[in-house]
Amino acid sequence: MNLESFKKGLRDGVPIGLGYFAVSFAFGMMAVSGGLTVWQAVLISLTNLTSAGQFAGLDIMIMGGTYWEMALTQLVINLRYCLMSFSLAQKLERNTPWGHRLVVAFGVTDEIFGISASQEGRLNPYYNYGAMCMGIPGWTLGTLLGAVSGNILPAFIISALSVAIYGMFLAVIIPPAKKNRAVLGVVISAMTVSTLFACLPVLKKVSSGFVIIITTVLVAGTAAVLCPVPKEEEQGIES
Amino acid sequence: MSRNPYIYILVMAGVTYLIRMLPLALSRKEITSPFIKSFLYYVPYACLAAMTFPAILTATSSVISAAVGFAVALLAAYREKSLLTVAMFACAAVFIVERILEFI
Repeated sequence: MNLESFKKGLRDGVPIGLGYFAVSFAFGMMAVSGGLTVWQAVLISLTNLTSAGQFAGLDIMIMGGTYWEMALTQLVINLRYCLMSFSLAQKLERNTPWGHRLVVAFGVTDEIFGISASQEGRLNPYYNYGAMCMGIPGWTLGTLLGAVSGNILPAFIISALSVAIYGMFLAVIIPPAKKNRAVLGVVISAMTVSTLFACLPVLKKVSSGFVIIITTVLVAGTAAVLCPVPKEEEQGIES
Repeated sequence: MSRNPYIYILVMAGVTYLIRMLPLALSRKEITSPFIKSFLYYVPYACLAAMTFPAILTATSSVISAAVGFAVALLAAYREKSLLTVAMFACAAVFIVERILEFI
């Protein structure tokens, strides 16, 4: 059971690893051109495992901001992980030991959360470990290669790989949206709200981490009021 | 950089891990409120949708290739292909469109 979950996590983690590789490659290049050593760039990716937070953190390091500014920025941009961890805490078996929870927590990224939240029934931590075994090396090695040399992969490959992550997101959210009108409404509303943030004059200034938090709370909150989830769907389908 | 880069990294990593760890470690009781349960049920869909669009349009080197990649991924996802397949279709679409754009 654990091995099966682990293998499934590995398989579902392949596009995550690929997508991470492309994004972190860019991060590695930027970190070194901003004055960090290769080792520091790799250390950031290995210990943080997050895109938006790292790019913002890198800016603060280069500008010489205060440690408080760093902490606050990370808190705001990564606050969405708090919602995700909360959601995963409900999805794990209730008797999942502490140790497993502490390790699963390290791998709560947008993408790994996306695929683990879409698993049917209760979540086995080994599924997350499988996904982490693809995601963490992809993220770290991409940073390393990007930092060592910006020219290993030609630009057109990077460009094509950059949509991998989004393709994966869509593979997670579209099938349930087909079957459930409330989910379809949530998907369309969330895309609309985030588009407004990207286009409208004042809203445009809101940082990307905040946009995700505001959109998620607004849309998921409204949906929870308008279409409360019927009991049998709360846990997904037991298998 | 005037400050110690390793303290920056420690602060970043520490704050980020605490945000991820505290809810998982502390919320062990089953939530009974229908509102919170429904809210948490919708969170992943709202969150992933908000992160995908419109960000996908600026992910590649041209809006056109990104839009085609988006459309192809939507179609593949609608046909319920696996995560890897959808991702690969999207990458391939972007790659092909960008090669075609070079000749126009």
